[in-house]
Amino acid sequence: MSSREEIVAGLAEILEEVAGVKPADVSEEKSFTEDLDVDSLSMVEVVVAAEEKFKVKIPDDQVQNLKTVGDAVTYIVANA
Amino acid sequence: MSGIDVVVTGLGATTPLGGDVASTWDAMLAGRSGVSALTQDWAANLPVRIAAQLAVEPLEVLDRVRMRRLDRSEATALIAASQAWADAGLAGTDGVDPERLAVSMGTGIGGATTMLNQDDILEADGPRKVSAFTVPMLMPNGPAAIVGLELGARAGVHCVASACATGAEAIALGLDIIRSGRADVVLAGGTEAVIHPLPIAGFASMRAMSTRNDDPERASRPWDKQRDGFVLGEGAAALVLERAEHAAARGARVYARLAGAGITSDGFDIVQPHPEGAGFVRAVRLALADADLTGADIAHVNAHATSTPTGDMAEVTGLRTVIGDHPVLTATKSMTGHLLGAAGALEAVATILTIRDGVVPPTINLDDPEEGLLDVATGKPRHLDVRAALKNSFGFGGHNVALIFTRA
Repeated sequence: MSSREEIVAGLAEILEEVAGVKPADVSEEKSFTEDLDVDSLSMVEVVVAAEEKFKVKIPDDQVQNLKTVGDAVTYIVANA
Repeated sequence: MSGIDVVVTGLGATTPLGGDVASTWDAMLAGRSGVSALTQDWAANLPVRIAAQLAVEPLEVLDRVRMRRLDRSEATALIAASQAWADAGLAGTDGVDPERLAVSMGTGIGGATTMLNQDDILEADGPRKVSAFTVPMLMPNGPAAIVGLELGARAGVHCVASACATGAEAIALGLDIIRSGRADVVLAGGTEAVIHPLPIAGFASMRAMSTRNDDPERASRPWDKQRDGFVLGEGAAALVLERAEHAAARGARVYARLAGAGITSDGFDIVQPHPEGAGFVRAVRLALADADLTGADIAHVNAHATSTPTGDMAEVTGLRTVIGDHPVLTATKSMTGHLLGAAGALEAVATILTIRDGVVPPTINLDDPEEGLLDVATGKPRHLDVRAALKNSFGFGGHNVALIFTRA
């Protein structure tokens, strides 16, 4: 089981790889679309990479609820 | 004929000879081959193990994250178009009304490497692992759309697809768009990047490609008796076409005038050219009439000449009929290989620079010319005063395109 900090760091790695987001810009309160400029197609790639990295299933109907990095961390903690 | 003159104000290219127009042109004048051995593992069992690969990898020009979302043919189109845009003095300016700017960027095959690579992922890891960018990467209008997005073009974004005539036809469409009054400026060109085992195997099965695997630089040899097929190349080239009055009003440097174009189809065979080149001759006649010139006015022809046994001399026979015995020919595919959908655009760039510099790049590897060949520049560049030049392109499907450029 990873800590929230470790999950944020893991998401930051994915966001850098997929969307070129600087890891230092990634923190729990940041919105994927509004703060980090992740477009809808890149978000799909982030979700697929996160499923693999954290061994978790993120159904499409849950993705729309993951507005911020913190939302994703909470989902991963609860479902991994 | 419409009373609207169209000129060329910008050039861009990324090719097997160089990452831009200047380095590509220098290499052409030096008679350098861009063909090399394919050393990738996947090439080991192919009948053809040579190609003309890009001199500068797109990843050296575009950032990694952007490259993740672009098919290689989209990346090359974007690079060539951005160069042409800057060369025309338009980068970072509002010199063109976006609603008067169109794009005509074609491709022969499109995003085949994306489709094949994503199919590998589908087979190995299942549908959920297929990239969300797959469709915009593989769609044939992708390169035109990516260029249109980059430049903010709002007068229409078009993808011509006519196999190896694509680049020339995209330029002809650009001419039509400006003459019709739909746009003042058209970014026109072609792109191709399909050096991958499946397209190579397909062309090889047609016996269309050279198998001179042990001597790559001598494999592309248009009009030589020992030619045995074309060499696949990759890259893109782009022209900024502009309504002459628009170019003059903004004080743009003008390379040449695009004086006329002719487009025909053979209606004969899906891949074989018409034996007497009837469709090609008609295309040249149409282009001459459009430019208000005669064959006697054409001093230079940048030929289609791909190095295939049947096609090269059929073109010469047609040229003799429609132009005469006087033009100086060259086949720059002897150096660049065959860029398929980008070929006509790259060769249009070479034709324009021939007019500008008064010099015809040599055809390399023409050691034992066919009988009945016209005058071909070989060995070193030929100095020639060119007021009007012809660029021909033909494509599988029976496409014939002739473009005539004149000194501005």
